[in-house]
Amino acid sequence: MASLAALTLADARFPGGGHVHSGGVEEAAARGLITGVPDLGSFLSGRLRTTGLVGAAFAAAAVVAAARPDAGWAVLDGELDARTPAAAQRDASRAQGRAALRAARLSWPSPVLDALCAVTPRPHHALLVGAVVGIDGGSPAEAARCLAYLAVSGPASAAVRLLGLDPLAVNAAIVALRPALDAVVAQAAQAAALSPDRLPAPGAPVLDLMAQAHVHHHREQVRLFVS
Amino acid sequence: MSADHGHGHGHSLDPTVTEPDPHVPQAPSGRAVRIGIGGPVGSGKTALVAALARTLGSRLRLGVVTNDIYTTEDADFLRRAGVLTPDRIEAVQTGCCPHTAIRDDITANLDAVELLEERFGDLDLVLVESGGDNLTAVFSRGLIDRQIFVVDVAGGDKVPRKGGPGVTTADLLVINKVDLAPYVGADLEVMTSDAHRMRGELPVIAQSLVTDPAASDVTEWVLAQLAAVRVPAA
Repeated sequence: MASLAALTLADARFPGGGHVHSGGVEEAAARGLITGVPDLGSFLSGRLRTTGLVGAAFAAAAVVAAARPDAGWAVLDGELDARTPAAAQRDASRAQGRAALRAARLSWPSPVLDALCAVTPRPHHALLVGAVVGIDGGSPAEAARCLAYLAVSGPASAAVRLLGLDPLAVNAAIVALRPALDAVVAQAAQAAALSPDRLPAPGAPVLDLMAQAHVHHHREQVRLFVS
Repeated sequence: MSADHGHGHGHSLDPTVTEPDPHVPQAPSGRAVRIGIGGPVGSGKTALVAALARTLGSRLRLGVVTNDIYTTEDADFLRRAGVLTPDRIEAVQTGCCPHTAIRDDITANLDAVELLEERFGDLDLVLVESGGDNLTAVFSRGLIDRQIFVVDVAGGDKVPRKGGPGVTTADLLVINKVDLAPYVGADLEVMTSDAHRMRGELPVIAQSLVTDPAASDVTEWVLAQLAAVRVPAA
C-alpha cells in the first residue's frame, strides 16, 4: 500500500513552503535558457539526475535512519551539506525542511522528529521527508520517489507560473520522465542502507551557480521566487 | 501562556457555555496579536500600514511583515517612509501566488512573524500585509487573529456589492480614498450601504488618508482588537 505520508508530502497543496521555490527555473528563464516545454523537459531531466538523485538517496537513507535507535542525523545532515555546495541551495532546502517540519509535527508527532529537530531545527528537506515517511511506515523507495518527484514537479509548476506554459503539456513532460524517475528511485533505494559518506554525490555546477546568481539578482531586480 | 490563565480556549459551539469576558487583559507572555491587511492591488494597503505604524509605532511594540509579488517593494517603501526601524519590517517572497502565502501555505509568513518575535522578544502587534490580490483572497486564521480588507473608491463603487470572502468575512472592511469619490464618479453612499448589506453586523470604515493621515478610525479599531483578542500560547 502506498505511503500516505509520501502522497501528502508530494501533494502541491501540502502546506510545506514549496510554492515559493522554483529550483533554478526562474534564473534559467530569466537568462533565456528555458522558453518552452521542450527546454523545460530537458532542464527537469538534468535536475532529476543530479539534485534529484542526491535528495532521493538522502530521503531513502533517512527512512533507514529513522528506524534505528540512534539515527545519526548529524552525520546525514553534514553529508548532505557537503553535496550541496551552493549556500543558496542549502538555504532553500532548509527553508522547505523547516516549513514541512511545522506541518509534520502536527500530523506525525514522533520522538524521531524531535531527535532530528534537536540536531537541526532547520533540517534539510530530504531528511525531513525521509523521517516522516519512515515514521508513517513507508519504505526507502517511497521516500525516494516522493523526493525525486518533488525535484521536478515544483520547478515545473514554477515554469507554468513564470512563462505561462500550457499546464497540460507541462504535466505530460513530467510524466515523460518516468524511466529516469524509476532509475533514480531504484538507485536511491539501493543506496539507502549505505554508510552516509557512500551515498550518491552527483553534481550540477550550473544549477549551483544559477542558485547563487538568483539570490544576487533578488537584491537588484525583480524576482518572484525565493530560489 | 499556561492553560491555568484561562486563556486560549477554542470558540465553543455549545450555546449554554458562557463566553469568556472579552476584556480580560492578555497575559504578557502571550505572543503578539497578528492583524492581516489584505485587498486588491492599489487599494492602499501599504499606505494604511504606514499610517498605523506612524500612529502606533511609538505606543506599541510593533512589527510588520510584507508579502510582495515583486521583490521587496512594499517593505522598501515602509523603510523609506521612516515610520519604523528597518529591522522591524520583514518581507516574504510569494512565488507568483500572494493568496497561497496568506491562506493555503502560510509557513513563510509564520517564519517571518517568528523571526520578528525572536529578534525583539515580546511584541504587542504584528501587522501582516498581503500582496495585492483579488476579492477572494483572505488570510488563514492560522496566521492572523483579525483581518482588515481594504478596497478603494477608485476601484469602482460596485466592488462591495460583488462580495467575495474578503468583503463579506473580514473583521473590518475599509473603503479607502474617499476623497477621490467625486473625481472617479463613485457613489460613496452606495458603496457603504452595499458593504453593510453584504456584511451584516461586521464593521465598515470609510476613510481618506489625505484628510486623515493618522487613520484615526482604523487605529481605534486596532486598539480595541488588542484589548479583545486572546492569543494562543506563543
